Amino acid sequence: MGIIKAKQLVHEYIRRDEDGNVESTSTALDHVDLDVQPGEFIAILGHNGSGKSTLAKHINALLAPTEGSLWVDGMDVSEEENVLPVRQTAGMVFQNPDNQIIASVVEEDVGFGPENIGIPTDEIWQRVEESLKAVGMLKYRHHSPNKLSGGQKQRVAIAGVMAMQPKCIVLDEPTAMLDPNGRKEVLRAARELNEKKGVTIILITHYMEEVVDADKVIVMDQGKVVMQGTPREIFSQVGKLKEYRLDVPQVTILADLLRQSGLNIPIGVLHREELVEAILKAAQIE
Amino acid sequence: MLRDITLGQYYPADSVIHKLDPRVKLFATLIYIVSLFCFKGVAALAVATVFLFGVIKTSKVPFKFMVKGLKAIMILMIITALFNLFLTPGEPIFSFWVLKITKEGVSSAALMAIRLTYLILGTSIMTLTTTPNQLTDGLEKAMAPLAKIGIPVHAIAMMMSIALRFIPILVEETDKIMKAQMARGADFESGNLVKKVKSMIPLLVPLFVSAFRRADDLAMAMEARCYNGGSGRTKMKPLKYEKRDRGAYVLVSGYLVLILLCRTFLPWPM
Repeated sequence: MGIIKAKQLVHEYIRRDEDGNVESTSTALDHVDLDVQPGEFIAILGHNGSGKSTLAKHINALLAPTEGSLWVDGMDVSEEENVLPVRQTAGMVFQNPDNQIIASVVEEDVGFGPENIGIPTDEIWQRVEESLKAVGMLKYRHHSPNKLSGGQKQRVAIAGVMAMQPKCIVLDEPTAMLDPNGRKEVLRAARELNEKKGVTIILITHYMEEVVDADKVIVMDQGKVVMQGTPREIFSQVGKLKEYRLDVPQVTILADLLRQSGLNIPIGVLHREELVEAILKAAQIE
Repeated sequence: MLRDITLGQYYPADSVIHKLDPRVKLFATLIYIVSLFCFKGVAALAVATVFLFGVIKTSKVPFKFMVKGLKAIMILMIITALFNLFLTPGEPIFSFWVLKITKEGVSSAALMAIRLTYLILGTSIMTLTTTPNQLTDGLEKAMAPLAKIGIPVHAIAMMMSIALRFIPILVEETDKIMKAQMARGADFESGNLVKKVKSMIPLLVPLFVSAFRRADDLAMAMEARCYNGGSGRTKMKPLKYEKRDRGAYVLVSGYLVLILLCRTFLPWPM
């Protein structure tokens, strides 16, 4: 069994009026099935309101399923006593860097998670140092978070989750509020944790460029998983992605247009170098 | 401009006073305030002066820095001194029109001025040598026994430290909203007081909305990191008494005893 497994997961947001009568319900997750293997780098794509953040909050037991079930490392998230172990196994990084840093010194913030789960003092220090080193923020340990850039703050947030030694980290649009440089920093940090420490990463985003290196891409629309596969498989279906109001990386669009106008280029080109090579090859043949 | 505000006025330096446990400093400040209001006589005044300046010297905080704090209450001090000077009944030494200065008035005005000055200097040593976070930690630990009678000590301390963390963020946000509203033609500067207060509404409403949204986000982020109240929590930087802390307790207690002795045996001339 995978580290995260969802079976027919349903979540409904219920709106009630003042008397507690149901006013309206909206289905955010509609019978979602998911199976994530340990050590994978998964990207979840989707337009606003596609249910991707709702799914993320289930993995961290911040929301409970309305129907169906979800297991994190074999633990059922709907069981009350599993809530804390689940949160420890699957850490979560949120969108707004300012609203998730609790302490006024970087190292104290990273220590917040371990403090909560009752780690002895000496080990907290060791974990804080390791996690800050892993995201390249060790030299800022005594700084105030207010003086850091957005990308640096997000890396501190990742370190804060790492210090709890989770098996899996869910990043819920961690780059949405960052500039291109900050975006790169955060992604590099996430990728390194995945490669060096074998942490399972679930990256939720709507930037296509961020998902090309993932092991697997999941596309969501209106609460349903509509596409699943490797980045290459997903991006070879340009027309379908447009239907779900998703952009395709510019390189892929260009490759697609070139192929349509008769050039011999393979489908699902993801990187610029790849396209250059394909064009050169096509030109040689002609 | 707004973002340069620093809360508290911590002055970083490497001194014994800086390293003392915040609980010791809280206790010492309390004792010092008590001593200021119960001393009597020149001998006690001398003891308090020596103690105060001794502590200032060891704290390595420049005296200039401390005097800054005094400027803020100068007006209050002058008013208090004047009231004491003119309104204390007793043996007149000088009178002019309806104003009358008495011997008792002079001494009580002088005493009041000294007390207020010492009070400000003494308490500012604490805020200058302790970071707001240490202070919160100290308060939490010192008030820990109150948790037994149902006071949520940990929650209060956590709220204080989060408030401290968010002050600069909210200040920045205020700045942003103000500029955004000014760009839409809001006027925060002209008009009388009533009009100025009314013009704050377009600033305060968005600020409150955003503060609540932040609070909601933060609560979720804290929960996601396994926060569930104070029980079962360990500390990254636990407060532990060292030798110097015990020494400081003894010193402060000795100081209070000395002041009380002076009050009983050498109450001259006040």
